[in-house]
Amino acid sequence: MRGVSIIGGGLSKFGERWDKSFRDLVVEAGTAAVIDAGIEGREIQAIYGGCMSSGRLVGQEHVGALFADFLGLNPIPATRCEAACASGGVALRAGFLAVASGMYDVVAVGGVEKMTDFDSADVAIALGGAGDMEHELFFGATFPALYALMARRHMLEYGTTEEMMASAPVKNHKNAVHNPYAQYRNEITIDDVMNSGYIASPLKLLDCSPITDGAAAIILCASEKAKKFRKDPVEIIASSQASDTISLSNRHCMTELHATKVAAADAYKHAKLTPKDIDVAEVHDCFSIAEIMAIEDLGFFEKGKGGPASLEGLTALNSEVSINTSGGLKATGHPVGATGIKQAVEIMWQLQGRADKRQVNDAEIGMTHNVGGSGATAVVNIYKRL
Amino acid sequence: MKHPLPLIWRMIPEKYYIMGSHCSTCKNDFFPFRQICPNCRRLGKVSEKRMPTTGTIFSYTEVSAPPSGFEYESPYPLAIIELDNKVKILAQIIDCPMEKIKIGSRVSMRFRRVGDDDEESAISYGYKFALIEDSAPAPATSAKPEKHSKASKPTASKG
Repeated sequence: MRGVSIIGGGLSKFGERWDKSFRDLVVEAGTAAVIDAGIEGREIQAIYGGCMSSGRLVGQEHVGALFADFLGLNPIPATRCEAACASGGVALRAGFLAVASGMYDVVAVGGVEKMTDFDSADVAIALGGAGDMEHELFFGATFPALYALMARRHMLEYGTTEEMMASAPVKNHKNAVHNPYAQYRNEITIDDVMNSGYIASPLKLLDCSPITDGAAAIILCASEKAKKFRKDPVEIIASSQASDTISLSNRHCMTELHATKVAAADAYKHAKLTPKDIDVAEVHDCFSIAEIMAIEDLGFFEKGKGGPASLEGLTALNSEVSINTSGGLKATGHPVGATGIKQAVEIMWQLQGRADKRQVNDAEIGMTHNVGGSGATAVVNIYKRL
Repeated sequence: MKHPLPLIWRMIPEKYYIMGSHCSTCKNDFFPFRQICPNCRRLGKVSEKRMPTTGTIFSYTEVSAPPSGFEYESPYPLAIIELDNKVKILAQIIDCPMEKIKIGSRVSMRFRRVGDDDEESAISYGYKFALIEDSAPAPATSAKPEKHSKASKPTASKG
């Protein structure tokens, strides 16, 4: 296995992109990544694209080939990767493995989702398929409901409060003010979250990430050749993935995502690092409680201490560990297939010192954490400037 | 949510009797039914087993933003129930106000229509759970399937 680095990345604007189609978003992010990497299309040898629900929503399957076609990259191999909201994360890992193995020197990895054209009840059905369709969605269990069931246990077992949970979206909105790609660039208060109305108690509207259109792309290159393209490539020093039961009710513990813990332990081991070494992390805050659990499961805070840590501001920009400087899924938006790649783009910018007003001082080591479903897939990557 | 008829038919044992599985090697019960014991794999000896129909609420929520097919009953309570053999199951809680639902409440299984459907598609039935109250009669220990009946839609549709 050889080293793999990111030599460029780009995003589409995230939000309600009614003027743009699924394929327009792919082209918007893909061209940004290629230009950022300073490469030419003919240098890309393969594509791995994350997308969850194009068939269910847009009616378009076979999107790997569509990516290659509309990026003008035929006839290179192009493969779609799907793992619900971790589709981008597993696509990134597929590209990582393809380069690490020596099969390719340069690959493009992307993610996309087109979600706002559709009725929210239909989107709830599409996203519900990330859980156990026959035993969760069948009985009307939406994704907010599954995370609400975890939140209720976390509140009981550790004394986590709704205000503690609310502090995560408040911090993420504050970060997103400085992210020109974010869907929501307005600050909110804990009272705003508390008064936003229940979606699935105890989770309220502003505890939940939104429905978003967007795409993200990065260019991966063998580390030994990466400096040929740019002076400051960002190396992926660990890429780990784990799985868990598709049904929430089959988990041994409902106040953690076991797949996150397994993937994180593996990533730390490969990178020979500990949680204390991480300066900046993009974690999967599909719901406020998900960020609280993530900062515990990734080892930044002890189990049960994530809520107080968040409320005390220990995850804010340039605090103990800067979490979700992009604005996270909550404020940047969560086009499910794109999220895992967007996280990598943000960490690349942070480690290169390109994050503008949301820059973490002296950021050296970064992490991304991408979750599929209610935790049945988790991908954890660790990054360092080459 | 529309389900294809063969799927509804295949799910009858699971949805009507909470049919799960038991591994006689590790003595564990599982729901939903699994052909392979995740603890023992090829050393496991798995057979069908009905799960107990009583249990305790482990966690709960009230769903206010429903998926399509559940609009007419929103908001509705959902819970993870720890059955009396320690197996957990997700189900709707019926016939009680939200404020009476607590972690630790005892519940027993009911047989109900699930979700909405149009006149053209088959009706989905399955397990839901109701609180066991001191004043209430002893909980049913088994539930027999009702005959499919289109005529019963208005009365059966809620809860």
